[in-house]
Amino acid sequence: MNGGDAAGRLVRPFTLTGGRTRPSRSDFTLITTVTAVDPQPVGGPRPQPEHTRILRLCAKPIVVAELATGLDLPVSVVAIMLCDLLEAGRITVRQPRLISRTPDLDLLKKVRDGLGRL
Amino acid sequence: MAASDPTPAGTPAPDAVKILIAGGFGVGKTTMVGSVSEIVPLRTEEPLTTAGLGVDDLDGIPDKQATTVALDFGRITIGDDLVLYLFGTPGQQRFWFMWNDLAIGALGAVVLVDVRRPESSFAAIDFFERRKIPFVVGVNGFYGEHPYEPDEIREALALPEHTPVLLFDARERASCRDVLIGLLDQLIATSAR
Repeated sequence: MNGGDAAGRLVRPFTLTGGRTRPSRSDFTLITTVTAVDPQPVGGPRPQPEHTRILRLCAKPIVVAELATGLDLPVSVVAIMLCDLLEAGRITVRQPRLISRTPDLDLLKKVRDGLGRL
Repeated sequence: MAASDPTPAGTPAPDAVKILIAGGFGVGKTTMVGSVSEIVPLRTEEPLTTAGLGVDDLDGIPDKQATTVALDFGRITIGDDLVLYLFGTPGQQRFWFMWNDLAIGALGAVVLVDVRRPESSFAAIDFFERRKIPFVVGVNGFYGEHPYEPDEIREALALPEHTPVLLFDARERASCRDVLIGLLDQLIATSAR
């Protein structure tokens, strides 16, 4: 058993978020696309190392799930850090299309055709 | 739509959509994601403590997974402006809430069924039926064999007549693609009605 190690791994990510376990905004779904603002705003608090890593990974648009994998951190932790970056004006966010109630026939056909080309 | 978001100069972000690949433990979800994804399937894990679950309710989870719950996903680029993500959901449906948006905004779902133990996929079928998320059933033929007809399986799973039951092989890219196309055809037929 290595319960001590496992506990250590669980605790560590949330030290990156100042102990917060919920994002202050619910802007970040698994497929929300984030992009670093270029050039970065001047002034403001200096970003932490983990924030800097995120900014590097989202220099090109990337979805939250892929970002979390690249950082090897849980999505819940990444979402909190993304909130910080959004509030600091360092990233932009693009929400996925809302599907549910009124399915977009053009979108469905586009996906269907794309799969047909595989 | 997020058209009003300020977009940084350079690369515009493509639209992202998703399909869920669900079903019981060991039914071939990760295999299917891997077969059709253009990238090696990625994995993201959530610590159980995030959800405040504490130490109870871990029955049936192998010891190595007792502290995290994993989600595997893959990607299919449909075009310059559209990317499809496939999320292989955790076998135990009670953990889906850890990605609270997992089922929200999905185009639809594929519920994988192993005919040797169809009951392992009942929870997933129930989940999508209750939330009115459209789905098709993909019957993964182990060793490529399909001992039952789609109608027999539909009856065994007590599925409505309009739910497609597709026989396929999760190891085969073309076979997985056809299941996804089957889902899209169903979605298109339903939305045109």
